[in-house]
Amino acid sequence: MVTIASTVNGRSSPGILSRLKSRRYAAYWMVLPLVILIAGLVVYPFVYSVYLSFENKAETKFVGLKNYKRLLNYKTFWLVTGNSFRFTLTAVFFKATLGLILALILNNLPFGGQRIWRGVSLIPWVMPLALSSMGWWWIFEPTHSAINWIIVQFGGTPKPWLSDPFWARVSCIVTNIWFGTPFFMIMYLAGLKSIPESLYEAAQIDGARALQRFRYVTFPMLSKLIGITVMFSTIVTFANFDIVRILTRGGPRYTTHLFGTYAFNIGIESGHLPRGSAVALFMFPVLGLAAFFILRNIARGEE
Amino acid sequence: MSKVSLENVCKNFGNVEAVSCFYLDVEDKEFLVLLGPSGCGKSTTLRMIAGLEELTEGNIYIGDKLVNDMPPRDRDIAMVFQDYALYPHMTVYHNMAFGLKLRKFPRTEIEQRVKEAADILGIQDLLERKPRELSGGQRQRVAVGRAIVRKPAVFLFDEPLSNLDAKLRGQMRAELSKLHDQLKTTIIYVTHDQVEAMTMGTKIVIMNEGIIHQVGSPMEIYDYPVNKFVGGFIGSPGMNFLSAKIVSEKSRLYVDTGGFQLLIPSKKNSFLESKTDQEVILGIRPEHIQDAVFTDETSITDSFKAVVEVVETLGAEVQLNVVSGEHDLIARVDPRTKAARHQEIELAVNMEKIHIFETEPPNERVKTEE
Ligand SMILES: Nc1ncnc2c1ncn2[C@@H]1O[C@H](COP(=O)(O)OP(=O)(O)OP(=O)(O)O)[C@@H](O)[C@H]1O
Ligand SMILES: [Mg+2]
Repeated sequence: MVTIASTVNGRSSPGILSRLKSRRYAAYWMVLPLVILIAGLVVYPFVYSVYLSFENKAETKFVGLKNYKRLLNYKTFWLVTGNSFRFTLTAVFFKATLGLILALILNNLPFGGQRIWRGVSLIPWVMPLALSSMGWWWIFEPTHSAINWIIVQFGGTPKPWLSDPFWARVSCIVTNIWFGTPFFMIMYLAGLKSIPESLYEAAQIDGARALQRFRYVTFPMLSKLIGITVMFSTIVTFANFDIVRILTRGGPRYTTHLFGTYAFNIGIESGHLPRGSAVALFMFPVLGLAAFFILRNIARGEE
Repeated sequence: MSKVSLENVCKNFGNVEAVSCFYLDVEDKEFLVLLGPSGCGKSTTLRMIAGLEELTEGNIYIGDKLVNDMPPRDRDIAMVFQDYALYPHMTVYHNMAFGLKLRKFPRTEIEQRVKEAADILGIQDLLERKPRELSGGQRQRVAVGRAIVRKPAVFLFDEPLSNLDAKLRGQMRAELSKLHDQLKTTIIYVTHDQVEAMTMGTKIVIMNEGIIHQVGSPMEIYDYPVNKFVGGFIGSPGMNFLSAKIVSEKSRLYVDTGGFQLLIPSKKNSFLESKTDQEVILGIRPEHIQDAVFTDETSITDSFKAVVEVVETLGAEVQLNVVSGEHDLIARVDPRTKAARHQEIELAVNMEKIHIFETEPPNERVKTEE
């Protein structure tokens, strides 16, 4: 009744107050605070960094695409690009695989144990990444390295975990896997729970052995979720900052730098903010593509 | 040969006894129905036969093979689930072909068998669809199709019609019966719907609370329920139960309900004499209580007076809820009846069809004829 009255009202006197009352406009007003928030926190910094990337080092002159062009001529930039892709692909692959294996194991545990282990295995994920990276630094760190200590106990030779390019990369990736696997696991676990038990029973009667049940029932039923999770994780992993910053600071000799840490290195540490912005903006196409696939997948799922 | 034998089979879940130990033989080509109220252990029994549930005790034979430790895939069975359990990501064709594919059938044979089954079930046009694009009835057909392409020795059905509307259920009942004639295999069918059991089953197993009460043909179970539970469970509306006493007057036996007395036909006397002056439970099916004005002449009847409370006209017959003394009864009478609310009516009981049950659990039926 109230709505009808106010609509009628709104039509007879189209003042702003009565418009405000009508349902259609009220909806816009209600989302406005969120729009402002997003504009302030996302759109403004983005637009500003695009603007910034067109300026010279002193931020006094507009130089067009010069920062981008210069970057494309840096060997280091291409090294960082390679690093970023290698880091992301390897880490996401292992996180997705390990997450699936853990989820399958957890899902087959009896109910009581399952709850405990589910809680325990979430710990890496709920810990602040900067803190756990510090922990891992202690594990890899040259003089007191826990891993080296263990290796020595077993009679091996210690490895320069963070100062050898190869092992430094491995260390960063391992830390990222440790941190990101629980996210995959919990997503997959939720997915597994949503597969009706009777499908497995039907498959059993149809003649499927355990591996075939995984291949023909579990995997196809999870595939959409796997796709979305992988894309999601790709975005987060690609934009990673904390781990490399704390473990290696990009070293040795830039071999572990990612776009995020390299942008920081150029923009803040070397004081060339516009060029740092340009580095960060090179991430945009990759992240945009991943986001596109996610949104498309979600939209399809809703059909 | 696809005989199924269950020997002393039982199932406990922890401390809960879901199915008590029992023996059951399912003959080749039989349509056996496991019938009972919700939670009585029907599904558990079926799942033990399928191999989805371990036996706590006992042996199961399919054909002549002991299958206790055989996984479901080797048991030569197919099962239709209550929720159909179709693979949502596969088309109808692949749903039906899946079992054959896993068993490494050649492609041409798979195609031919799927087509055959689709023809029988009238789903030729649906083969390329996904399950979510099908109606409930169509899904049900696909589930049946997935079972029949395998040509198993035994079909297991777990309440396959319970998700369908009444009309479709009636239609599918007829089709499943027809299918049974066509396929000539053993079917074990679980339901809590007595109409399904009576119309499709060649043999019915009545279960309650994990115990098998009676095994018999539909008519046997209807005419000679072994106890009060079976008597009350089969038939709709259910059997009237009245606490009564057998009394003897001038060498004639009556069943005395307190309010009225009914003369027991003399041919039953020899069976009931020993019960004289004992409490019993009298069971009369509603269809065996008639308006005294319109009884059929061939049966031996005796009548009593009652007051009509509710008259429900069902077309082919009229259902009366009546009160006589302390007893409430339901009668299904001839539609020509003049019965009206709050009026007295004389009702005739077909005394050949009455049942006498013991008052002590398990309320066994007292034998009243050979
Ligand atoms: N996995 C299980 N764990 C514990 N108890 C169970 C389990 N499965 C069944 N039961 C119990 O066993 C009994 C029989 O269950 P069952 O599923 O066989 O009943 P049903 O006759 O099929 O009933 P419905 O008609 O509702 O399907 C019930 O009391 C049920 O609670
Ligand atoms: Mg059941």
